[in-house]
Amino acid sequence: MNAGRKVKALVMTGFGLNCEAETSHALELAGAEVHRVHLNDLLDGLRSLGEFHLLAFIGGFSFGDHLGAGTVFATRMKHRMKDELDRFIRDGKLIIGLCNGFQTMVKLGLLPGFDGDYFRRSATLAWNDSGVFRDAWVRLVATPGSPCVFTKGIGTIDLPVRHGEGRFMTAGKGVMDRILRENLAALRYADPATGKPTVEFPHNPNGSAAGIAGVCDPTGRIFGMMPHPEAHLFPFNHPQWTRKKIDGSMPGEGEGAAVFRNGVAFARENLL
Amino acid sequence: MIHRLEIGLKKGVRDPRGQRVRDGAGSFLGIGIEEVSTRSVFKIKADIGRAEASKVLSEFIDPVIEEGSLSTLPAEGFDWVVTVGFRPGVTDNVGRSALASVSDVLNRHALEGEAVFTETEYFMKGRLSGDEAREVGTKLIANELIERVSVVPFSEWKRRGPDLDVPEVAEGPPPPVREMDLEVPDAELERISSAGVLSLGLDEMKAIRDHYRTSGKSAARTGRGLAPKPTDVELECIAQTWSEHCKHKIFNAVIDYEDENGKVERIESLFDTYIRRSTKEIGGRKGWLVSVFHDNAGVVRFNDSLNLVYKVETHNSPSALDPYGGAMTGIVGVNRDPFGTGRGAALLINVWGYCLGSPFYKGGLPEGLLHPRRIRDGVHKGVIDGGNQSGIPYGLGWECFDDRFIGKPLVFCGTVGAAPLKINGEPFEKKRAKPGDAIVMVGGRIGKDGIHGATFSSEELRSESPSHAVQIGDPITQKKMTDFLLEARDLGLFTCITDNGAGGLSSSVGEMSRLTGGARIDVGLAPLKYAGLAPWEILLSEAQERMTVGVPPDRIEAFMDLSARRDVESTVIGEFTDSGAFEVLHGGKHVAYLDLEFLHDGLPRMCLKARWNPPSPPDPPGRKGRDLSKALLMLLGRLNICSKEKKSRQYDHEVKGLSAVKPFVGLQCDVPSDAAVFLADYASREGIVLAYGVNPSFSDVDTYRMMASVIDEGIRKVVSVGGDPDRIAGLDNFCWPDPVQSGKTPDGLYKLAQLVRANKALYDFTTAFGVPCISGKDSMKNDSTRGGRKISIPPTVLFSTLGRIEDVSKAVTMDFKKAGDVVYAAGITRDELGGSEYYRMLAEDASRPDAVGSTAPSVDAPSAMKLYAAVHKAIMAGLVRSCHSPAKGGLAAALALAAAGGRLGCEIELDAAPAEGRMETDSILFSESNSRFVLTVAPENAAKFEKTLKGLPIGRLGRVAGARIVIMRGGKRVCEAGVAEAVESFKRTLADV
Repeated sequence: MNAGRKVKALVMTGFGLNCEAETSHALELAGAEVHRVHLNDLLDGLRSLGEFHLLAFIGGFSFGDHLGAGTVFATRMKHRMKDELDRFIRDGKLIIGLCNGFQTMVKLGLLPGFDGDYFRRSATLAWNDSGVFRDAWVRLVATPGSPCVFTKGIGTIDLPVRHGEGRFMTAGKGVMDRILRENLAALRYADPATGKPTVEFPHNPNGSAAGIAGVCDPTGRIFGMMPHPEAHLFPFNHPQWTRKKIDGSMPGEGEGAAVFRNGVAFARENLL
Repeated sequence: MIHRLEIGLKKGVRDPRGQRVRDGAGSFLGIGIEEVSTRSVFKIKADIGRAEASKVLSEFIDPVIEEGSLSTLPAEGFDWVVTVGFRPGVTDNVGRSALASVSDVLNRHALEGEAVFTETEYFMKGRLSGDEAREVGTKLIANELIERVSVVPFSEWKRRGPDLDVPEVAEGPPPPVREMDLEVPDAELERISSAGVLSLGLDEMKAIRDHYRTSGKSAARTGRGLAPKPTDVELECIAQTWSEHCKHKIFNAVIDYEDENGKVERIESLFDTYIRRSTKEIGGRKGWLVSVFHDNAGVVRFNDSLNLVYKVETHNSPSALDPYGGAMTGIVGVNRDPFGTGRGAALLINVWGYCLGSPFYKGGLPEGLLHPRRIRDGVHKGVIDGGNQSGIPYGLGWECFDDRFIGKPLVFCGTVGAAPLKINGEPFEKKRAKPGDAIVMVGGRIGKDGIHGATFSSEELRSESPSHAVQIGDPITQKKMTDFLLEARDLGLFTCITDNGAGGLSSSVGEMSRLTGGARIDVGLAPLKYAGLAPWEILLSEAQERMTVGVPPDRIEAFMDLSARRDVESTVIGEFTDSGAFEVLHGGKHVAYLDLEFLHDGLPRMCLKARWNPPSPPDPPGRKGRDLSKALLMLLGRLNICSKEKKSRQYDHEVKGLSAVKPFVGLQCDVPSDAAVFLADYASREGIVLAYGVNPSFSDVDTYRMMASVIDEGIRKVVSVGGDPDRIAGLDNFCWPDPVQSGKTPDGLYKLAQLVRANKALYDFTTAFGVPCISGKDSMKNDSTRGGRKISIPPTVLFSTLGRIEDVSKAVTMDFKKAGDVVYAAGITRDELGGSEYYRMLAEDASRPDAVGSTAPSVDAPSAMKLYAAVHKAIMAGLVRSCHSPAKGGLAAALALAAAGGRLGCEIELDAAPAEGRMETDSILFSESNSRFVLTVAPENAAKFEKTLKGLPIGRLGRVAGARIVIMRGGKRVCEAGVAEAVESFKRTLADV
């Protein structure tokens, strides 16, 4: 460990992305030094991925989600930053994608990222079963034994979803089977009554098979999820906080913070 | 060369877009379709070859679920193909992103003139006729005002080759500038105004004529090569500046108001007399008003580091014509108001609210009006897309239904922004410019969209209302622009900013030119979407996503450089001067030279008359012996009370992670909150509280009481969640039917009297409560005369409130929390059923829609203020577990909703409620008296709570218990319902619509 040095996190902005403020705050809470950089400054070579240990693909509507959520952004990254991105991953660094960021990662091929091939698309996030955008809080259960760096130590976690295209699908059963077998489906929508993964609306807001809400690559360092941990940093973000206050069960910090603490801690231990 | 990419879903993949059309055709049009399958078409007009097009296609396709073709994908077994694309010149947002992607994939820059045009194909299977297929296309999917619909039998679609037609604008040379001859008879002056959609009255046309008689031959004009007659550019610019929309002529008119006793009072400007005066008086007492009325939005100080900026706008006329585009422009447009205030504020929270006809309306519709359900769907979708894509959460949303809104829907959208107290060491609220500073237009390009929006919105809807008046917003272009401008702001690269909304450059530059006393721009420099616009069209275009900023010469290079690096188009179009004139050139040649004084102050004042005849609507029949339990459930299911959650969930309310009390609260998050609470930033616990009051129903009785009621409602809801009653600011949005007496408005005297009375109440109650208005807006011609039938809206005021809570962790929500908690009523219930939802229901049942009663709720402000202060103290002391303010449906609905929210019943004794005089039971239950709360308190805190509210009208109603809402009077059950039943009634009405 290098005491005194800080994990450097990159929050990429621009083109309709919009969760830069809360994602930056989340990473700062977790102890990172956060740099918000416009995608164009990376493409223009004013800044480089190499400066950073952790990259966040944030939420929003990159390019209006025209042509499908994350697609235009992913195409731009693939055609103009592929080598840099590939090097970043091979250097053992971390990537987290949230909502639109997850969609972008999946459309780039970063996830599920089997066998070191990070640019082959074998999954997608299709339109919700309901056919419409939905904002609601959900309960998520972390998959035991998952290699995911970001969900370590998490049992269940309550977070909001805010998306129209969140139904995780794969190209063929083989891909899905392997994701489940290798515990890469790190977070799943759960029925609060049973704590078990569910495909039933509204606890599963989009109809994702096996209740899949978040997926990591086999290394566990590359991770994307549809729900928004950066929108639950304060205990009173939770829709039931007024009840929890009465019961005396209100935590000191929002449950989403743990996701970022895990990522930054891993980077601190392994990359500094 | 045009390449056609067609992309469809693979077999077996669900097609939600097709399913929506199939379901909508069945439920809305009654047309049965077995199956609808959709495809996206991209027509790429670019200098690329087939191999390159093929490469693009492979990147556009989602390989997991989609397939595509460079001509057409195979299809079998359908009956009709309906294709929907845009009309020429309409903004194609998807096409724009697609073009960016084409450039990325092929590693080339798009050339001038290259574009991608998008279409959607709907393959329909079923026994429907061609007319029915067309009906689905035009009444469900597309809006022919902006979209083209083609319907072909499937067999024909198979036979003919892929369609390569694209909706390009036929570009020609710009029409020449015309000189306008105003030395003509009066009738001709009126004709010029009407034919040109100038919306100028005869007096105004004459004032312009007279101005040119004296100044037309001035050396300043002739020296610039201008003829003595006004040019079309000048006339259009004056008309726009003088429009009702921009000058609020009715609110500034001289009005002779005659009251019910025949006493006449002269009012010199409603705005000055009631609104501005109130704010001025209150502002002297409150130290936190920063900037009110003169900028694009009102500004108040929030804490030691932040100002809050708030504006609510309406976008009614465009939403009537194109609900989706009109409403999207409403939300994206109002975002530019706080953004264009002071030095530019970051955007924090959106609010929305709609007054609509019933989505279940079965009556006839005048030709040209859209069905209210279609308007509702389109308006929601427009604001959902616009708000979500802007990355701004909504805090409040509401809908109000009355079939008089069929003629014109009211679409309110608002935005709260936040800004540091100082920007680069200078006060945020101060715009600054010097002669010689560059005038820069930033953002989207100019097309014919939205021309005459300002003048058109000042008119009733006529059959020939221009479709140009509709714009389509592109929230992503705007987001790029606002991201860039905030970056530039913090680098100090500009010193003044305003938005291009109604009136376009004419309005933004015309307004800002007052900072230095003049401006000169060349509209020939402004980037266009397509060639062929006349100079006046460029000046007036309301093409969206544009701001105008002033940049000092020493910073222009840095500004333009950053703009280029952020992919945002900025163009220097002129400079500030001190010439005393607004000068417009085209290609270096003067086309307008407008004296600023005449432009801004030359408008003749209107003189109007108003006469108040108090109406006395009878009480509805059928009160006696009514089953009050049933009445409660019916009320909960009525459109004006029932849950609007289904649509609301499609709006993001969490982005930015600052939300503390959400739009829906309770155990299942399915009952509306009294108010929304947000953190202002991540650094402190201080919260922003947002609420509103709206109740056009009371206007049928008396607009004075309506206004008093909506002010009180907006305030008490802030108090309900824990907001400080001493720190509330208000925003007034007036929407009125035409109140000017004329042949087409024979009841203008009365409608104007209604307006006067609402203003009197505004003054009386904002000053009494100490709640200053910081911003407002009026929309005065909300009538439709299509199909020979006049439909006027009921006078409507939205009173939006912006409050503050010292610590969000002290907020309370409206839902019952624990069995055993004590239930209190605070505030006096009066026999005030006039205009209530209960009376409306009885009136409808008896087919006597006018019998809404004549006693609308009053407001006793001094008593209410004492109660609010005490309730606030109790909440801050942590004594209150839930607090809810009764509104529609009265005490009974309030209890039922608090119970529904907590999924807990209650046992209530009605005689314990503070009430005035002897009242019938239904009146205590359903009267909509103002200034009341239903609160619950833990039993161990009951004594402390009662002590805090000592001397105030409170009553211990009973306790939270069981699974039923049981209301008794004198020990006898008078009204009861299971909590589950109440939930079901509340949620069923709009569950599928």
